[in-house]
Amino acid sequence: MACSPGSHETCTDTVLSLRGVSYRYAGATDPAIRDVDLTLQDGELLGIVGASEAGKTTLCLVAAGLAPRTIRGSLSGTVHLDGEDAASLQMHELAARIGICFQRPWTQLSGVCETVFEEVAFGPMNLGVPRQETLARTDEALTALAITDVASRDPARLSGGQMQLVAIAGLLAMEPAHLVLDEPTAQLDPAGTRLVADALARLAANGASILIAEQRTDLLAALCSRIIVLQAGRVIRDGPTVEVLTDPELPRQGVPETSAGRLRRLATEAGIATELLDQALD
Amino acid sequence: MIGLRVEGLAHVYLAGAVRALDGVDLEIGPGELVALVGQNGSGKSTLVRHLNGLLRPTEGRVWVDGVDAAGRTVAQLARLVGSVFQDPDRQIFAGSVRAEVEFGPRNLGLAGTQLRAAVAEALAAVGLDGQEDANPFDLGDTRRKLLTLASVLAMGTPVLVLDEPTTGQDARGMGLVRAVIAAAHGAGRTIIAVSHDMSFVADDFDRIIVMSAGRVILDGAPEEVFAEEQWPLLASTFLEPPLAARVGARLGLGSTPADAALIRALADRGQQLDGKGAKPPHQPT
Repeated sequence: MACSPGSHETCTDTVLSLRGVSYRYAGATDPAIRDVDLTLQDGELLGIVGASEAGKTTLCLVAAGLAPRTIRGSLSGTVHLDGEDAASLQMHELAARIGICFQRPWTQLSGVCETVFEEVAFGPMNLGVPRQETLARTDEALTALAITDVASRDPARLSGGQMQLVAIAGLLAMEPAHLVLDEPTAQLDPAGTRLVADALARLAANGASILIAEQRTDLLAALCSRIIVLQAGRVIRDGPTVEVLTDPELPRQGVPETSAGRLRRLATEAGIATELLDQALD
Repeated sequence: MIGLRVEGLAHVYLAGAVRALDGVDLEIGPGELVALVGQNGSGKSTLVRHLNGLLRPTEGRVWVDGVDAAGRTVAQLARLVGSVFQDPDRQIFAGSVRAEVEFGPRNLGLAGTQLRAAVAEALAAVGLDGQEDANPFDLGDTRRKLLTLASVLAMGTPVLVLDEPTTGQDARGMGLVRAVIAAAHGAGRTIIAVSHDMSFVADDFDRIIVMSAGRVILDGAPEEVFAEEQWPLLASTFLEPPLAARVGARLGLGSTPADAALIRALADRGQQLDGKGAKPPHQPT
């Protein structure tokens, strides 16, 4: 079904849409995000970049329906999830549709599970997924992120990176239709980062739509088709990944360069023809 | 200027039988600039927590400045080894940025103008000057992380241990962290940083120690550790050389893990081609 501008309430392809959204935390004088217009299509992987405190985390919380629901503040504009006003959905309805991965895994873990296995099974169990399927999904998620060897350990006593993988495995096991991730690889080593990237790509291939805030532009370059740039709470750029990430203005907007972009820039600055480099980077 | 040495260091956390460290021998000289890399759970953080006595060896010994750390309290070691944690929220406790940064140097006996100067210098180094009265918990994640760096910098310890200092930093924060490390190294302080960012460690450090399953498996200069013949060993612990190393190898330029090394090698290659009268790829018309 074709989506015409302004008809997002009834459009089936657009799964998440923000219209003129501003959000101000309780007690803050200025909004953390302002006048954000954003749509996310079915199966789309959308990257969010921006300097620290540009509003990435706030945008994640608003898009997942958690702000102002669980974090005090005032929202203006509208957030629609699957064509419904997110504010009208009950918390359990929201949780079944959209998952969120917080920046710090230790704030995400339930705190009530004694083993990693139980922690990963916690989400689907609470969504009422039948026992056998919960067990199967848990095994699958642990395997996908290569953490089966810590399945019987206490989640609170893992390293930061292992904890982050457990938090993400818990989300995978819930099989959310939509997923919001706030710097999901901040604690991860390169291998963990790759496993998460593969798992997200598989989810998206199966139709999930994914919003991912990251400082690691290399990861976004490999994963996302589209990227938005936030600056001081506003969306200042929204376009195809290659165009956005090769913009020379990006570092001035606080966004780290991709590794390839940095090498090309350094070569150019040193007066070296980039042909050789380009061959090797392809 | 002090050195560090660990001998046969093993650590088993009380909670389980996992040998987080499984026999580490290491010597780090005064003023060295060292990065510790390795998979999640390879023992990097466990190792550095032994250097200021936050953890004590299950087996083996730790020597700080030639003295067995077992005979020193955490407070004594804190004068020598300043440690910035991975998670700022496990470090920050004060109600203002100033109070947070003052705490360390004040406990080392600094007062008055000396204390104020140490705090001002540390805050300026991480770009938090002017925010002395802010509540640390009103700062964003990355500024909180920079604040913990300032708190430890202000103590002026001869050794600085940084656990994943660039995590979550944006372009500006990354630049600040790199400048702080370069300045501290320039001032003769010993730096030990834990990181997952292979480009960062190849660009900014003199020595890289690779850990796997609680042991040191590689130890050398970036061009040694990231040389092509080590790639299988790195891959065995799921590490990948930085892009500059892979590009250098693909172009037959040798081991060029640092961006600057690759650019130099590319420039040399260009000059050789010119010197031999070879046709440059594109002649200006």
